[in-house]
Amino acid sequence: MQKDRTSEPIWTNAVFRATVYQIAAISIVALTAYYLFTNTTANLAKQSIATGFGFLSRESSFEIGESVLSFSSSDTYLKALAMGALNTIKVSLIGIVLTVLLGIFVGIARLSTNWLVSRIAAVYIEVLQDIPVLLQLYFWYTIFNNVMPSPRQAVIPFNGMVLCNRGVYFGIPADHPAFLWMGYAFILTCIVIFFIRRWAKKRQEQTGQIFPVFTVSTALIVLFPLAAWFVMGAPTEMNMPTLKGFNFEGGYNVSPEFGSLLLGLVLYTSAFVAEIVRAGIQAIAKGQREAAESLGLRSIFIMNLVILPQALRVIIPPLTSQLLNLTKNSSLAVAIGYPDFVSISNTTISQTGQAIEGVAIIMIMYLTISLLTSMFMNWYNAKMALVER
Amino acid sequence: MKYFNTLFILLSVALLFVSGIVSAGTLDNVKKKGFIQVGVNQGLFGFASADDKGEWKGLDVDTAKAISCAVFGTPDKLKFIPLSAQTRFTALQSGEIDVLTRNATRTLSRESQLGLNFVTVNYYDGQGFMVPKSLGVKSAKELSGATVCVLQGTTTEQNAADYFKKNGMAWKPVVVESTPAIQQAFFSGRCDCMTSDASQLAGLRTSAPKPADYVLLPEVISKEPLAPAVRHGDDQWYDIVNFSVLAMIQAEEYGITSKNVDAMLKTEDPEIKRFLGVTPGNGEALGLDEKFAYNIVKHVGNYGEVFDRNVGPSTPLAIERGMNALWTNGGLMYSPPFK
Repeated sequence: MQKDRTSEPIWTNAVFRATVYQIAAISIVALTAYYLFTNTTANLAKQSIATGFGFLSRESSFEIGESVLSFSSSDTYLKALAMGALNTIKVSLIGIVLTVLLGIFVGIARLSTNWLVSRIAAVYIEVLQDIPVLLQLYFWYTIFNNVMPSPRQAVIPFNGMVLCNRGVYFGIPADHPAFLWMGYAFILTCIVIFFIRRWAKKRQEQTGQIFPVFTVSTALIVLFPLAAWFVMGAPTEMNMPTLKGFNFEGGYNVSPEFGSLLLGLVLYTSAFVAEIVRAGIQAIAKGQREAAESLGLRSIFIMNLVILPQALRVIIPPLTSQLLNLTKNSSLAVAIGYPDFVSISNTTISQTGQAIEGVAIIMIMYLTISLLTSMFMNWYNAKMALVER
Repeated sequence: MKYFNTLFILLSVALLFVSGIVSAGTLDNVKKKGFIQVGVNQGLFGFASADDKGEWKGLDVDTAKAISCAVFGTPDKLKFIPLSAQTRFTALQSGEIDVLTRNATRTLSRESQLGLNFVTVNYYDGQGFMVPKSLGVKSAKELSGATVCVLQGTTTEQNAADYFKKNGMAWKPVVVESTPAIQQAFFSGRCDCMTSDASQLAGLRTSAPKPADYVLLPEVISKEPLAPAVRHGDDQWYDIVNFSVLAMIQAEEYGITSKNVDAMLKTEDPEIKRFLGVTPGNGEALGLDEKFAYNIVKHVGNYGEVFDRNVGPSTPLAIERGMNALWTNGGLMYSPPFK
């Protein structure tokens, strides 16, 4: 039964009322924001405090300890902030990958039927979850600084690796165009593998024949870049760390700050991820595993084809929030001297005195990173979610 | 820490949002409240640090006490608000504090763009370098390629960058926000060298496992005139803070100390009579009690006493007067006449 809508007065219409409420709410928010903004600007002007983002194009006149791209004190504040952002992204990305791998490993170990393995995993989880992450960062930083010898007494476990309190140095292949071509070959291989997988899946659906995708992909991903390296002249020259003056030069350096930050964040967050993984696997009804076993599937297939696809649906949402936590916790870097985004912003704020703009930039930056991570994880979640037919 | 800083800046900004700023009439405000809100360092031995009984001590704290004496006649009408390097100016701008006595360097951009006025300098500092003796370095010019620990949040990073660039030397900064972390890093050998204001280096050295193993290099690479600051736009309050600092300097020049100030009241010297308020005039001009200078010297002491008590040779910091001596002794401490 549907009533004749035209005879009703308009304010009894639910859609109409909802729209009016929303317009009213938005107006109040907008007016408040406008009031706060104009009032602040007026107050700042009255005290002749500089405002605006003009400072971004001025010379930064400070140095950054480690940056992904080269930076000097004659570059602008904008570039300095970009270097800080890249450092944050670097530690977050590497941290996320390691955390997920370690978390899954520990989570599965926690469920192991081997008493010792599951106990060790339990102790790992409980200890690392319960100690504040800042304390853990200080701990690793202190360990790093106190245990490692000075550069002049550096430990060289084997040729091409140096341990000292300036960090860990690795010998790396010296610059050569061959490595660029290896990169291209790698990307090309990835695309080829993508198509092989599609083709293999289609063939299996049609004919039931299984194609060894994993073995073939591994072989391709090793052979293709290697072939590129050979074609380009097989360069073997190395860039080795050597002691010059106060410090080692050359090679690739993992600084104590970056190392402790990464270690602290990964160990801390992976404890949470392990629990999430365990919860996800335990959420799958026992009957699923038993049914798979009764079909005669190998245990690796049971995990990969039956348990994990279902468990992932439970795991992904809380995992997203843990990975966001890792990204945000990376701002604790400032306490142990890793030049992350917050550290660079702090220097910028104290040099320019423009705290409002500085804090605004920090907030926008973290909001952007977090929203991007969320978007990606939501997309992945939607892909993994139960498709109801 | 960092979250606290961010929160603090946000709160201060929130204050800017809602309040019309109290720019004029700080003296009346302070008198109505019954105390002065002072921004100090969170903990810098010799300048401002709370002892085990929670009492604030240091050169900057004594400067604040002098202001309290000038306004209220006693040194205890103070509320200390510990501030980090990032939050200090925002706190002053937003009216959170009435005066900032927190080893802040007076610079052109701070005085103009930040809406602050710095008063007379209460400590002349300069940025220096500290190295372990075992490094065998005798001059900062030999530091090419060094890893340098830098304490964040001042003009320090910029000065160091300028210095190394000017001398064409490569270097690698390790910039740390917290003092305990940088101490730990430096004394365990993470850096070849550490840079900060010379007074801070002297303070940090006292916490070394073996202080004698570390030396300050002779180079002073920057001018750091540390001065109390007030907001733009309240000239009366500026004068009061300014002459509170100057009274301590002038007292030392006259030879008036906290011990002999009562005897000095009976002097025949017309200048000292004017200074101590026996002959009235100065107090009224500032809008203060005629005895404001007397109260400062009586309760806090003259500049020399304050210096010796907090940072002088008999303290663990063991800093010589140097630039901070009176102009009559070849230093920079000079007060205009009190008349």
